[in-house]
Amino acid sequence: MSYLEYNVKRSPAGLAKVLHVNWALVLLLVAVASVGFLMLYSVSGGNMGRWAEPQMRRFALGMVAMFVIAFVPLWFWRSMAGLAYAVSVVLLLGVEFFGSIGMGARRWLELGPIRLQPSEMAKITVILAMAAYYDALDTKKTSHPLFVILALVIALVPTILVLRQPDLGTALLILGSGVLVMFFAGVSLWYFGLASAALAGGVALVMASRGTSWQILRDYQFRRIDTFLDPSLDPLGAGYHINQSMIALGSGGWSGRGFMQGTQSRLNFLPEMHTDFIFTTLAEEFGFIGAMSLLALYIGILIACVVSALQSQNRFAQLLILGVAANFFLYFAVNMAMVMGLAPVVGVPLPLVSYGGSAMLVILIGFGLVQSACVHRPRTRA
Amino acid sequence: MKRTPQERQESAWAISRRTAMFGGAQLLIAGALVLRMRQLQVAEADQFRLLADENRINIRLLPPARGLIQDRNGTLLAGNEQNYRIVLVREDAGDPRAALERLAGLIPLGEAEIDRAVREIMRHRPFVPVTIADRLSWEEVTRVAANAPALPGITPEVGLSRHYPFGAEFAHAVGYVGSVSEADLAARENPEPLLLIPRFQIGKVGVERELEENLRGAAGHRRIEVNAVGREMRELARQEGTPGQSMQLTLDRRLQAFALARLDGESAAAVVMEIATGDVLALASAPSFDPNLFVRGISVADFNELRENEYRPMSNKSVQGAYPPGSTFKMITALAAFEAGLATAEERVNCPGHMDVAGRRFNCWRRGGHGRMNLVSALSESCDTYFYELAQRCGIDRINAMAERLGLGGRFDLPLSAMSSGLNPSREWKRARRNEEWMVGDTINASIGQGFVLSTPLQLAVMTARLASNRAVTPRLVRAIDGVEQPVPDQPALNLPSAVMRQIHRGMVECTNHSRGTAYSSRIVKAEQRMAGKTGTSQVFSITAAERAAGVRRQEQLPWNRRNHALFVCYAPEDAPRYAVAVVVEHGGGGSTVAAPMGRDIMLATLNDGWPPIDAYPQPQRNRIEAMLRTIREKVGPADGTGPAVSRA
Repeated sequence: MSYLEYNVKRSPAGLAKVLHVNWALVLLLVAVASVGFLMLYSVSGGNMGRWAEPQMRRFALGMVAMFVIAFVPLWFWRSMAGLAYAVSVVLLLGVEFFGSIGMGARRWLELGPIRLQPSEMAKITVILAMAAYYDALDTKKTSHPLFVILALVIALVPTILVLRQPDLGTALLILGSGVLVMFFAGVSLWYFGLASAALAGGVALVMASRGTSWQILRDYQFRRIDTFLDPSLDPLGAGYHINQSMIALGSGGWSGRGFMQGTQSRLNFLPEMHTDFIFTTLAEEFGFIGAMSLLALYIGILIACVVSALQSQNRFAQLLILGVAANFFLYFAVNMAMVMGLAPVVGVPLPLVSYGGSAMLVILIGFGLVQSACVHRPRTRA
Repeated sequence: MKRTPQERQESAWAISRRTAMFGGAQLLIAGALVLRMRQLQVAEADQFRLLADENRINIRLLPPARGLIQDRNGTLLAGNEQNYRIVLVREDAGDPRAALERLAGLIPLGEAEIDRAVREIMRHRPFVPVTIADRLSWEEVTRVAANAPALPGITPEVGLSRHYPFGAEFAHAVGYVGSVSEADLAARENPEPLLLIPRFQIGKVGVERELEENLRGAAGHRRIEVNAVGREMRELARQEGTPGQSMQLTLDRRLQAFALARLDGESAAAVVMEIATGDVLALASAPSFDPNLFVRGISVADFNELRENEYRPMSNKSVQGAYPPGSTFKMITALAAFEAGLATAEERVNCPGHMDVAGRRFNCWRRGGHGRMNLVSALSESCDTYFYELAQRCGIDRINAMAERLGLGGRFDLPLSAMSSGLNPSREWKRARRNEEWMVGDTINASIGQGFVLSTPLQLAVMTARLASNRAVTPRLVRAIDGVEQPVPDQPALNLPSAVMRQIHRGMVECTNHSRGTAYSSRIVKAEQRMAGKTGTSQVFSITAAERAAGVRRQEQLPWNRRNHALFVCYAPEDAPRYAVAVVVEHGGGGSTVAAPMGRDIMLATLNDGWPPIDAYPQPQRNRIEAMLRTIREKVGPADGTGPAVSRA
């Protein structure tokens, strides 16, 4: 930044920051969350207190957190990136050794009165750490194998720790976000091509091994893959969720069965209808139009993020914004693909809509960082 | 790191490029999602809507009300009773054992029943109502209802169950219903879904069984919305079933009650027919049993008692029992010979008390002999020798053909269970079944209704009606279905020569009215109701030489199951026959002493609106008869069927 530039451009300070919040993004977030409240109200059979109200309180809390983060200068967050990453890895290790078990998985860490879910926290700290890493790294060394491996290690350490809990969905999101930041940072496409080829080769090898003497997976694991490819093979077992989910989606039709009229969700045929499968209720009750509207809102959020990223000239800010946006995209794309039967059921919630505090808080913290980048973008003095 | 403006420019450019690439990928993925949604929600929506409905909509059958069964005058013989029961829903009741123990203070509920109910309750899902007590009285139900606030999850309910107001009186003819069994289902190619309802009851015996399809009706159904675990959420549509057809039988309740009461104490059967129509007015088989026991589910003890009873209460002897008809068969032998012109009315046959045929001696029942007999006196006094002579002349083929014309050996199309066709023996039959040639001795035996001949009380009644009318009377049991009168079966003329028929009728009239007739003591003295009849005493076992040596001379000295069957057939009034009656008393001893008095009483009841008038009896018998009628009066319940059931096993 030249002196001249420095003189004519500066970051907003004090109350002026409020003006520079990306209000369009805030509006979109509120809209998506409202869809969530509506659907939670519906799936609880018209009961505010069961899910909708707690969800509103958490959203309010998350919004406060978002604004607090937004008004803290971005350089502070950059300097905290390493520390935050380290803390989250330590907490993940803590879960590994001291975590409490719930629903067959070890995810929670009890610290006095606070229950922490470090895997959720890791989603954001990995993005933060990767952005800081590539901001600090000489641009010319981005594709140097050593530094690519270093970046991979940053992403893989929390991924593996989360995978061990086990929480496949979150692990995939962490790894995916990390890899996407590498992609944005400009790591050579050869690496991605190579990785994709290796993955495809691996899958082909595993599938080819079926029924031979060197079979890599157990039979039951192959059967799970079969069920994923064709859920109707096991309509009462593993395929039950996805079958019922597709029935709910399909029966919604063009315009849906009407608010609170979805039989699949109201009569409990749908599993996890207030968490991972809430999109099916939306699609059943509001149909294709409703589902597309939510998708449009999500894309709106992505566009708002991308516009902010492109406006910014700061590498850290750009990578951070894009990382958060990519993470958000992975969230809803995987969830939707899952309930539509295009992806395996891995347990990824629909961001801002599914019931759940930790995920929502972390998403809003992420957007807090995005807002901080927006607010503290140097601007030409008016 | 610090970057030069150029580096920053390059970095920003690189990021923009990558953003564009990723944006493109995002667009592709979002496009794929949109297409998939379109496919599911627009292209295949109908199919999924259907699947969703299949998921949530359940069809439950509504059992129809079973058709009523009435007697010929409209008295209800089988109806549907409201049945109060108590159901418990576990999720509302809390601890089922505690709830049942509270309930036990209000209705009779034993410790064992509580245990059984708790097991039953725990087997079902918590929202399923389980019946814990059945057939409660109105007082018990009101007591439970009044205490409803203290009994959450426990509710009284009303259902329909079959009830037979006259209990034992119609146990055989009407029969009873019971729960569908595995065997019932196996016997049907494609069992109606209705039959699969737990505890659904179908006819097991008698009219209830044979007319099951008419009585059952068609199931209604309810379309209900259920949730994923099957709990009913609401009713979407309801279509009541079509009740079964009501059956009006030809039976007369009062006559049936009288007949059964008159037979009480014996193992016996009586059939009353109206000659002009063939209507079966009474179809009694004693002893009987209470069919209501079977509807509720009979206890093992009660069932064993019925099964081990020597008098076989569960058998409908009036159509299932096949007995040697004995002397009641003699009219057939006579007709066979006379129609062929092989004998004349004037001709007399000497009875020395026996006849030797083919080197074998056939005795007449009267050892001393009857002297010179013609047709009328031979029938009246039941001389066996006379018929031995006729049988020799006409042969078995004519006898067999005549018996068939008069209805023996055939099965009638009546809705009754396990009807026997008796046995009308012929040369072919013996050859086929026994692989032996017919012997002349067989003809001699058959001529007096012994040997191979077997007939049911119903067949004997039909035979008597045909003899009385000279028409082929066919029995009818169903008078009307749903109020629609059923056709009276055709009665084609039998064209038996009327001169011979006059002689036969005279013989039967003298049997009951001539002082030398075997049934003289069972005569009716009311002039316009005079009866014609024929007694029969059929041998089951001969008195063995050993028994004779031990001093056994008389039937009463033999054990019950070795005594002779007693039979009596009659019609009245003799000059204008309206009714025919047949009575068979298993091992009763003698036709004239046991069966004929019963036949007369039943005939008098038939002729006089269900109760014999005392002035129809000969003066000297009246005191004894009056005493007997009093005991019968006590056994016959009042007309509404709430009184004591008759003749329980």
